[in-house]
Amino acid sequence: MGKLNIVQAINQALAQEMEKDPDVIIIGEDVAKDGGVFRVTQGLLDKFGPERVIDTPLAELGIIGTAVGLAAYGMKPVAEIQFMGFTYAGLEQLFSHASRIRSRSRGAFSCPMVVRTPYGIGIKPPELHSESSEALFAHMPGLKVVIPSNPYNAKGLLVSAIRDPDPVLFMEASRLYRSIKSDVPEELYSIPLGKANIYQEGSEITVVAWGTMLHRAAEASEDFDCEIIDLQTIRPFDEETVVNSVKKTGRLVVVHEAPRVCGFGAEVAALVAEEAFGYLKAPVVRVAAPDAVVPMARLEDHYMPSQEMIKKAYQKVMQY
Amino acid sequence: MTGRGLAGRLSHMPKTIIERSETSFLQVINEKGDSDESLMPPVGEAGFRRFFETMLLARSFNHRALSLQREGRIGTYASIWGQEAAQIGSALAFSEDDWLFPSFRESGVLVARGYPMWMLYRYWAGDERGMSAPGFNIFPMSVPVGTQVPHAAGAAWAMKLKGHKKAAAVYFGDGGSSKGDFHEGLNFAGVFKAPCVFLCQNNQWAISVPRARQTAAKTIAQKGYAYGMEGIQVDGNDIAAVYKVVKEAAEKARSGGGPTLIECFTYRLDDHTTADDASRYRTDEEVEEWKAKEPLIRLRLYMEKKGWWTKEYEEAEAKKAQEAVDADIKKAEAYSAPDPADIIKYTYKDLTGRQKKELKEFGWGS
Repeated sequence: MGKLNIVQAINQALAQEMEKDPDVIIIGEDVAKDGGVFRVTQGLLDKFGPERVIDTPLAELGIIGTAVGLAAYGMKPVAEIQFMGFTYAGLEQLFSHASRIRSRSRGAFSCPMVVRTPYGIGIKPPELHSESSEALFAHMPGLKVVIPSNPYNAKGLLVSAIRDPDPVLFMEASRLYRSIKSDVPEELYSIPLGKANIYQEGSEITVVAWGTMLHRAAEASEDFDCEIIDLQTIRPFDEETVVNSVKKTGRLVVVHEAPRVCGFGAEVAALVAEEAFGYLKAPVVRVAAPDAVVPMARLEDHYMPSQEMIKKAYQKVMQY
Repeated sequence: MTGRGLAGRLSHMPKTIIERSETSFLQVINEKGDSDESLMPPVGEAGFRRFFETMLLARSFNHRALSLQREGRIGTYASIWGQEAAQIGSALAFSEDDWLFPSFRESGVLVARGYPMWMLYRYWAGDERGMSAPGFNIFPMSVPVGTQVPHAAGAAWAMKLKGHKKAAAVYFGDGGSSKGDFHEGLNFAGVFKAPCVFLCQNNQWAISVPRARQTAAKTIAQKGYAYGMEGIQVDGNDIAAVYKVVKEAAEKARSGGGPTLIECFTYRLDDHTTADDASRYRTDEEVEEWKAKEPLIRLRLYMEKKGWWTKEYEEAEAKKAQEAVDADIKKAEAYSAPDPADIIKYTYKDLTGRQKKELKEFGWGS
C-alpha cells in the first residue's frame, strides 16, 4: 500500500495489466518517450519496449480507427487521446464502428478497446482542452463511459476497463491528476464497471456526482446530511443505488461540470422522476455549467459549478 | 503546371530532386481477349475456370438480388455489375487466413470467399444475422464510406505485432479515397509497415459525382507514394491482372514488405443502388462504351482463344450458378424471423440492468 496520486495509480494499473496480458498495448501521441502530455505513461516504454508503448502519427481518427482493427484482431489497445476535445475527430469511429460492431455482427466480432482521455475544467489550458462531454458518449449504446474520482478507483476501474470485452471511454479529470493522494494497494485489483460507490452515507439529501465534482459536492456538504454517490461509471450507470438512496432521503441533487442541457444529470433526474417520484420531498435540482461553451482560463472558475452554488442547491431542497 | 504557375515562378531557383515516383498500369488481357503471356499469373486452365465460374455465380447472385429488391423481398441493394473482375480476382488472391474489410458493394468478394449467399440475402433483407457467419475473417461490410480503411490498417498492425504471417485487405471506392479515414489509414499502415493491401475499386462514380471531382491527381494509385508505399493502377476489368497484382501485394505484406495501394480501374454499370437512377447524371453512350469492356466478355474471349470455353460449358455453369442461388434464396426466405430480443442482446457482452428491465417492458422474454 502506497500513497499515490491519480497519475501514478493509472500508470501502475497500466503497467500491471501489461505485465499480465501481452496483448495490452498503449497507443497515442507522445505516449512513449515523452510519457504522455500528463506523464501518465511515463516509464512504460522502458519497461515494455517500443512494440507495446507506441507513438502514433498525430491523428485521433487514425488512433481510434486503427484501435478498432487492433481490437477486432485480438490486441487490447489502450489509446490515449491528449484532451477530450480532440476525441471529436474520432467520434465516427467510436459511434459508428467500435460501439456497434458486436451488435452489427450479432456477436461474431467485438471491440475490446479503451480510449483514455483527460477531461474537465481547472488547469487553465488553451481552448478545447477542458471539455466534459460524457453525456455525448453516454448516449451511445455499445460504449461504456467510466470516470474515476480518486487514485484508488482510478486503478481499479482502469483494470476493469482494460479487461472489459467492450469498448470503454475512460475519462480522467485533469484537475485531479495530482491534487489528491490516497492509499492504493500495490497488488492488482479491480472495481466492477457499472457500480456506483457510496462515498458518504447520509439520510436527507442524495447527491449524485462523479470525477472532479464529487469532491466539490462533498466539500459543500458540511452543514447538511448528504448521502453522496460517486457514480464512477456513467454508462451503464448504477440506477439501483441512486433510486434506493432517493427512496431513503427523498431529495436529489445532481452535480456536474458539463452544461446543464442534455447533461447526464438529466438522465439521473428523469430516472428518479420515473422510479422514485412518490418518495420525493422536493423537486430535483441540477447544479451544472451554463448552457454555453467552456470559456478560456480567465473565466473558467466562473463556469465551473462553485461550492456556493452547490450549497444553495442543498438549501433549496431542504427548504422546499 | 503552366509557366505562370508556382513551379514556373520557382523554376529559376536551385533545386534538388528528392525522390521521383512512377505510377504504372497493368493489363494482362486486353478487351479483345489477347494476352501478354509473360505477365500471366500461373493459374492455368483450372484457375481460369475458377475465375469464370465464380464470376457467373457472383453475377447470378447480383442479378437475383436486384430482382428480389424490385419484388420487395429485400431492401436497398448495391449492385456489383461491371466490377466482378476487380472483386473476384482480388478475393481469390488472398488466403483464407487473411482478413478482409469490405464496403457495402462487395458481394462478389464475399461470394468468392464462400460466404453463405443465403446469409447475404438475409442481410440485404434487413437481418443483422446475415453478417454473423463465423470463421470467415471478413469484417461486417462498412456502410459509412471509407471508414473501414483504418480498421484494416489496425488489424494488419495487430498481425505484425503478434508475428502472424497474414495480410489484411480493405475495399473502398474512388469516393472513399476522399475521406480523412483513407489518409489516416494509409498513413498509419505506411508508418508501421503494416501488412495491409488497400484495394480501391475506382468505378468512376460516387453516386452522381464523377471520379474527377474526388481528386485532382491523375490516379488514385499514385497517392500510395506519399504514404511511403507502392501504388499501382490495374485494369480492374481484367481478372488476370487484378489477381496477379493482389497476389503479389498480399505475399509482399505477409513477408514483411509492408502495405500496397492498388487502384482497380473499373466501372459501375448499374445505378449506385436500387434507390438511385444513374440516367440523371451520366450518358447512355458512356455506359454502353463500358459495357463492351465488361469483365466477363473479356474473360470469355480469352478462355475461348485458349480452348477453355465453349457455349455448352458456360450454359452448364450458368445453370449451376442459378440453381445454387435459387437454393440459397429459398433457404434465406425460409429462415426464422429474427428475435426482437436480439436488438438488445448484442449491445454488450452482458446485459446491463437497464436492458434486463427493457427486455421485460418490451415483452421480449426474460
